[in-house]
Amino acid sequence: MSGRAPHLLAAFSVIALAGATFAGEIPMTERRSGYDFLSRETRAMQDDDTANPGMLAVLEGGALWARKTGAAGRACADCHGDAGASMKGVAARYPAFDATLKRPVNLEQRINRCRADRQQAPRLAYESRELLALTAYVARQSRGLPIDVAIDARTQPFLDNGRAAFYRRQGQLNLACSQCHDDNWGRRLAGNVIPQAHPTGYPVYRLEWQGLGSLQRRLRNCLVGIRAESHEYGAPELVELELFLMWRARGMAIETPGVRP
Amino acid sequence: MANALVNVPARARRGEIIEVKTLISHPMETGYRRTQLGARIPRDIIRLFVCTYNGTEVFRAELHPAIAANPFFVFSTVATESGTLAFQWTGDNGFSATESATITVE
Repeated sequence: MSGRAPHLLAAFSVIALAGATFAGEIPMTERRSGYDFLSRETRAMQDDDTANPGMLAVLEGGALWARKTGAAGRACADCHGDAGASMKGVAARYPAFDATLKRPVNLEQRINRCRADRQQAPRLAYESRELLALTAYVARQSRGLPIDVAIDARTQPFLDNGRAAFYRRQGQLNLACSQCHDDNWGRRLAGNVIPQAHPTGYPVYRLEWQGLGSLQRRLRNCLVGIRAESHEYGAPELVELELFLMWRARGMAIETPGVRP
Repeated sequence: MANALVNVPARARRGEIIEVKTLISHPMETGYRRTQLGARIPRDIIRLFVCTYNGTEVFRAELHPAIAANPFFVFSTVATESGTLAFQWTGDNGFSATESATITVE
């Protein structure tokens, strides 16, 4: 008997800790895409492929997909063929584990690896017009498909890191992502409705940016907003957070290219 | 690189009012902004948009600074005969882009 009490105590403290950490987690049935928080006009803009400015990037991405480039003189289409078939559902699975790097990579990094290895072309800079266009084009092929990132023994530690970052208070404002996006979604931050932070439409056309931007640009924006030190584009910390956000949005439909205020 | 999206109904009845939508990729730099060093960023905008329907001008718009990037036009016209709607955008720095769409009128 004497040996059981400490175990019980330990078990209780673990439960208490877990309860405290995930108190504000949004139930699966209450999850809503950023689309649901849009004004009627902005929704109409996203829904109409002629009015959605993100489709301009998709159009450009389609041209890049077919263009031969690099020392290998190969186009994406030479290996992958018709993106409509070969890239269907791909974006819904990223960030995905890369066996060579032994860590998850996001879609932009995967495209750049393909460029460097297969096309022997220089990597495209993050947020460059071309990389955004290619990413948008690839992700567009998954529109309507459910987000389904693979969580297994290999990706679990990275998911845990991303989750920890999401619930960690940081910056001069001492805020965690969860304090806005889990605890206060649907309420207002200045003029804007706080969304639940489900990355369903990336790369998105953001009206504030007057242009297309990646999820990492959005994350860096948020970090600056809470006056935290931001990470470089492509930093492992950002990819881990991306992985967690995609897992958090599992089952929700890809909307790329999304339009956001 | 100019990218334009146009949306014209493929078929229409004679005399029907049709909606035409166009979207073009363009930065629409106003010319009023300055860099961090104070140098003026030169103006780079689309100045003129014209739509012709079988050679007849049906819509024309003059654009000025302070119009958002990627100008989006929606206008209507009457479907008179089968043929081609041609769109032309011209602007600063010799910018020129064309696009066309065909319509069948029954």
